[in-house]
Amino acid sequence: MQKSIQKYFALFALPGLICFAIAFLIPMVMGVVLSFFKFTTVTDGTFIGIDNYKRIFINNDFTSALWFTVKFTVVSVITINLGAFTLAMLLTRGIKGTNAFRTIFFMPNLIGGIVLGWIWQVIINGVLLPRGVTIVSDPKYGFWGLVVLMNWQNIGYMMVIYIAGIQNISHDLIEAAQIDGANKVTMLRSVILPSIMPSITICSFLTLTNGFKLFDQNLALTAGDPGKQTEMLALNIFNTFYGRSGFEGVGQAKAVIFTIIVAFIALTQLRLTRSKEVEA
Amino acid sequence: MKKSLLIALLIVSVAMSSVLFAAGAQEATPAKEVYFLNFKPEIADVYETKIAPAFEKETGIKLKVVTAASGTYAQTLKSEIAKSNPPVIFQTNGPVGLAESKNYTADLKNTEFYKILSDKTMALGDGEKVLAIPYAVEGYGIIYNDAIMRKYFALPNKAVSIKSADEITNFATLKAVVEDMTKNKGALGIQGVFASTSLAAGNQWRWQTHLVNVPLYFEVRDANIAMGSKVPEIKFSYSANMKNIWDLYLNNSSTAVGLLGAKSVDDSMAEFALGQVAMVQNGNWGAGQILGVKGNKVSDADIKFMPIYTGAAGEEKYGLNVGTENYLCINSNASVEQQKMADQFLTWLFASETGKQFVKNDLMFITPFNTFKDSELPTDPLAKDVIRWMNKSGVSSIPWAFSMIPSEEWKNQFGAALADYSVGRKNWAEVEKVAVDAWKTEFKLTN
Repeated sequence: MQKSIQKYFALFALPGLICFAIAFLIPMVMGVVLSFFKFTTVTDGTFIGIDNYKRIFINNDFTSALWFTVKFTVVSVITINLGAFTLAMLLTRGIKGTNAFRTIFFMPNLIGGIVLGWIWQVIINGVLLPRGVTIVSDPKYGFWGLVVLMNWQNIGYMMVIYIAGIQNISHDLIEAAQIDGANKVTMLRSVILPSIMPSITICSFLTLTNGFKLFDQNLALTAGDPGKQTEMLALNIFNTFYGRSGFEGVGQAKAVIFTIIVAFIALTQLRLTRSKEVEA
Repeated sequence: MKKSLLIALLIVSVAMSSVLFAAGAQEATPAKEVYFLNFKPEIADVYETKIAPAFEKETGIKLKVVTAASGTYAQTLKSEIAKSNPPVIFQTNGPVGLAESKNYTADLKNTEFYKILSDKTMALGDGEKVLAIPYAVEGYGIIYNDAIMRKYFALPNKAVSIKSADEITNFATLKAVVEDMTKNKGALGIQGVFASTSLAAGNQWRWQTHLVNVPLYFEVRDANIAMGSKVPEIKFSYSANMKNIWDLYLNNSSTAVGLLGAKSVDDSMAEFALGQVAMVQNGNWGAGQILGVKGNKVSDADIKFMPIYTGAAGEEKYGLNVGTENYLCINSNASVEQQKMADQFLTWLFASETGKQFVKNDLMFITPFNTFKDSELPTDPLAKDVIRWMNKSGVSSIPWAFSMIPSEEWKNQFGAALADYSVGRKNWAEVEKVAVDAWKTEFKLTN
């Protein structure tokens, strides 16, 4: 069996490779090529060199969206992972109803971003109403609104990954540590954290890229209002491409830069956290 | 072993071929169908439930109507036009919009539709070509509820000397009336004089396009700039007038300024229809929205227009803002047959007896076509009032100067600045600066 799988390796990999090429590789290469074009419709264009890249910085909306995204991502990566890890610790102690809690915490993740955005918009506006303001009255409401929304949606999902990690820690290891007289803090720092490093890698990778790629929640919650001040990178690219005529190429160029930034950050993060992973 | 491998292979190849074929499949176009990309969400219903079935019944041609959401027409058009079954009839909003779609706009010179246009100079073109034909003349101003106004003028303690809304002919009078009405809110049974100054995403057009038209027009009029010309820079010399009216709207509105960001145009129209407010700035296209609100409390006879007064010298001589940004185009990339069917539909809609009934009673357009007799003008109260103002002696309409605005981006930036000003994050000088600077940048970018 092993042998025949090896023999037909190429054949088994083919469907995956074809899908990968159709859905990812080809569009990405085409995207890079198209960033050097001026569009007349979204499928028709003329080559204009690097003009699109120069026009990105004609106004500061890209840089301000980038800055907003970075701030948002930093805050949400920290809060989501802390929240998810705390929940995972609580729900691996065998308290009554653990499974029900896990299901409940996981559920927000099943609702689509647009729907969530609108639901939270109503909730947050309801909370702000007594103060006579709405979520789009001030960019800081939009920022924290997004953070709350992302936490609510993502904590349950990350929790599941952490739970898997925690449950995988071998009992021998924990017992040995207990016999050696490790207290709770030492246990956490020297046993649990190093053992679940793979989960941390995955969770921080997912939250980091989710933060950078955030689009539908942003669109539904604030749509970038007031005046683009809560516009994140993906929404900014979308608005440039579809919202400004003659700027499709610029939107494409922004998308290329966006891809490079996200890839760079994600790879650096992977390398950093991977290096801390240990074999149990 | 061999057998299971064979089965696995079979499954994989079937799965793969379905992916490949799905990718290559073209959306099948029914033999007789015209795809119309509609611009006006407020009347999408009429097209879908009344016009399309009637047209299909009479001609056997199916009319597919897709409507872009408010404020997203340009995006929708851009992506729809690239599809394998693109819209055959689409809309452009004036010379700036047309410049973008020139590459796929058909010459309409030999169409039946062009022949019925009464004033051929109204069409937009490129050299000899006729590319876009207007289909509705529209007007906007301040819509008021005359019943509430009469109630106000009957108050024993009113602070103004005039006796009816007709006598309001300048900003000073308007301001005096409005502010006194706010004081008497309770007695009048209203929540505010003006409906919400809607600033939700996609709902700022009443201000960043329509309201700003008044100061823009006065500025280009003073500089003797012809309508439709390119204007590289503005001074925003009537900025103070814009501030006058904007402050009046904000301070006498039914909604606190902090909440405006969540209010839509629909909300404002509903407030007016339910009799909660006395005035709302909008155009005659809003008639359907007022009359269609459930529990509507305003009677037809009480829905009237007054011009937007801003305190500019000589404003008594100006009426409503009248113009059009509704032009229809035909996609030159569609098949000849489809283009012909599109022409057939448009001519049917604006020239046949059935079509004209829809235009008059349901779409409520004031049309520029010679197929409409005077007796066939729309009968809704707002359209009638626009016509009344257009024909009023000693008063001239304010043309739509906003078609000279260099880009949508200018409108968005200006709208955002207005929103910031409303909640106190910007002062008026900063709003002015945004208007002037953004105009310059946007003009450079788009020309």
